[in-house]
Amino acid sequence: MRLLSPQRLLFCLAILLPSCMLLSMIIGPVNISLSVLWNSVFVGDYNSLDAMILTNIRIPRVLLGACVGATLACCGAVLQGLFRNPLADPTLIGVSAGASAGASFAIVLGASIVHGGALFGISVVAIAAFTGGLITSFIVYRLASGPEGTSVATMLLAGIAISALAGAINSLLSFFSDDESLRRISLWQMGNLDASTWQHVWLMGAVFIALIVAFPRDARGLNAMLLGESEARHLGIEVEWMKRRLIIFTALGIGVSVAVVGMVAFVGLIVPHLVRLLIGPDHRYLIPASAMVGAILLMLADTFARIIVAPAELPAGVITALLGAPFFVSLLIQQRRVI
Amino acid sequence: MLAANNIDLSINGVKLLDDVSLELAPGSVTAVIGPNGAGKTSLLKAITNEVAINSGSVVFNGKHIDHWSARQRAAMMAVLAQGSQLNFPFTVEEVVALGRTPHSSGIERDNEIVTQALKLVDCEYLRNRIFTRLSGGEKQRVQFARVLAQIWEPSEDGQQLLVLDEPTASFDLAHQQMMLETVATLTNRNIAVLIVLHDLNLAISCADQIVMIGCGQVQAVGAPEQVVNPETIAQVFGVSIDIVPHPKTGAPVVIPL
Repeated sequence: MRLLSPQRLLFCLAILLPSCMLLSMIIGPVNISLSVLWNSVFVGDYNSLDAMILTNIRIPRVLLGACVGATLACCGAVLQGLFRNPLADPTLIGVSAGASAGASFAIVLGASIVHGGALFGISVVAIAAFTGGLITSFIVYRLASGPEGTSVATMLLAGIAISALAGAINSLLSFFSDDESLRRISLWQMGNLDASTWQHVWLMGAVFIALIVAFPRDARGLNAMLLGESEARHLGIEVEWMKRRLIIFTALGIGVSVAVVGMVAFVGLIVPHLVRLLIGPDHRYLIPASAMVGAILLMLADTFARIIVAPAELPAGVITALLGAPFFVSLLIQQRRVI
Repeated sequence: MLAANNIDLSINGVKLLDDVSLELAPGSVTAVIGPNGAGKTSLLKAITNEVAINSGSVVFNGKHIDHWSARQRAAMMAVLAQGSQLNFPFTVEEVVALGRTPHSSGIERDNEIVTQALKLVDCEYLRNRIFTRLSGGEKQRVQFARVLAQIWEPSEDGQQLLVLDEPTASFDLAHQQMMLETVATLTNRNIAVLIVLHDLNLAISCADQIVMIGCGQVQAVGAPEQVVNPETIAQVFGVSIDIVPHPKTGAPVVIPL
C-alpha cells in the first residue's frame, strides 16, 4: 500500500512550492518585509535598498535555485528509470563530473580567449558543460550496452571510471589555471547560488521548461522500461530512440545546471527516491512531483546556507550533501525494516 | 499468420539457429520443446524481432516483421519472457496496467481489463500489493495477466499472437491447469499461441503442433503424437522414454524409463 495518492501529493506540493518560494525571498541576512516584496513585484517600486536587494539578488537567486533543483530532480528520476536502477544519479554515472570538466575547460581556455564578456562567458561555459555531460553520458552508455541490452552494473562501474578521468582532467586544468580561474573552478565544485543573475535564471528556466515539456511524453515509455528493455520493446516502445532522446535531454539539464551553479550533490538521487516512497514509481506523477520537491529542497537549502553563518554564506551544495546523506541512510534503514 | 522462413542466427560467431522454418496458424497452440541450450529462446527472440536474424525472413500478418511499427506490433503480439527484472515498487495493478501501454482505450476501460485479467489468473487478492514482494509464482501470474491485458481486445491490423517462454516454470499444479485452460480460451478467440515448455506431457496435452529443437535446428515438427515418440526423444534428448495411453482418457503419456 502507498502512503499517499499521487494527486494528493501533487496538490500539497502545489501549495508548498509557492509558500517556500515566498519564504526564501523574504528570509536572508537582510529580512525583507512582505509589503516591499509586493511593491517591487506588482507595483514596480524599486527605489528602496530592500527592493534593490530583492530584485537584483534575492529573487533571481530563489528562482535559479528552484529551476536547478527541479531540473536535477526530474533528470535524476528519468535517469533512474532509464537505467532501471535507483542508484543512477547524475553524480554516480559520471554526467556531473563530465559537465564539470567541460565547464573548467571553458573557464580556463575561455578566460584567456575572451576577457570580460560576461554574457558570452556564461554561454560558452554552459555549452562546454553540456558537451562534457553529453560526451560522458554517451561513453558510459556505450560502455554499458552490449548486444544483450544495457548492463547496469557495468554502467555504474563505467560511471566511476569516467568520473575519475574527468576528475583528473579537472585537476590538470586547475593546475595550469591562473588564480582567478582557479577560484571560479573550486567554487563551481562546491555548488553555489551566490552569483545568480537574471541571465542565469532565463537560461536555466528555458532549459527546465524544455525538459518538463519533453519528459512527460516518455512517462509511459519509462514505466514500461522498468519491466526490462525487451519487455518495453514488446509493449510498443521505440526503446533506442527513447534512450537517445532522454540521454540528450538529461545531459542538457545536468550540463546547464552544473554550468550555472556547479555541483549540487544528492538532489538528483534523493528526491526521486523520496517521492517514489510516497507515491510509487509511476513516471507520470514521479517526474512532476520530483521537480517540485527538488525545487523546494534546493530553495530551502540555499536559504539555510544564507542565514546559518550570516553575513557569510555556505555553498548550497554543501548543505544538500550534509542534509542529504544522513537522510538517505535513514531512508535505506526504514526501507529495510518494511521489507 | 506468422511464418519464419529459413532463419539463421549467430551471435559473436556462435551459431544459435540454423535454417529454422516455422509456421503458426491463427487459433492454434504451438509448443516448442528441446533440451537446454538447444535454441528455444533464441527462436522466440528471432521471431519476435528482438534480435536481428542473419538470413531468412519472418513474415507476420502479411508483412515483414520489421515493417510494422513498434506500437502496431505490440497491439498484435504479446511476449512473456522468463523471469522478471522489475525491481521498482509498482503495485500488482500497475504492472498489469502496463500491458495497456500500446493502446489508448482510456483509463476506465483499462481498469476494467486489468480487473478481468487479474481475475482470470486468480490474482485479484494481490491487486494492491507491491509486486517486488510477491513470491516467484505470484510474480509470474501477474506478468501473465499483463500480457493477457495487452491482447485483450482484437487488433485492427491483424491476427494476434501470444508468445510464452516457459510460463509454467514456477507454477504449482493448480496454476499450471489454470494456465492451460486460459491458453485454450485464447485459441477460441482465434489468437495463436507459441509456448516453450519443458514438460512433455504438458506439451502433448495443450499443443496442436509441436516443434522439437535440437542444436539450433528443427528436429521434428507436427502433431504431438507424431513428434513425441521414443526414437526422436532418444535422439534429441538422449533419454529413453515409454509412451503409454492414459488409463482414463487414452491420450499418450510420456514415462521416463
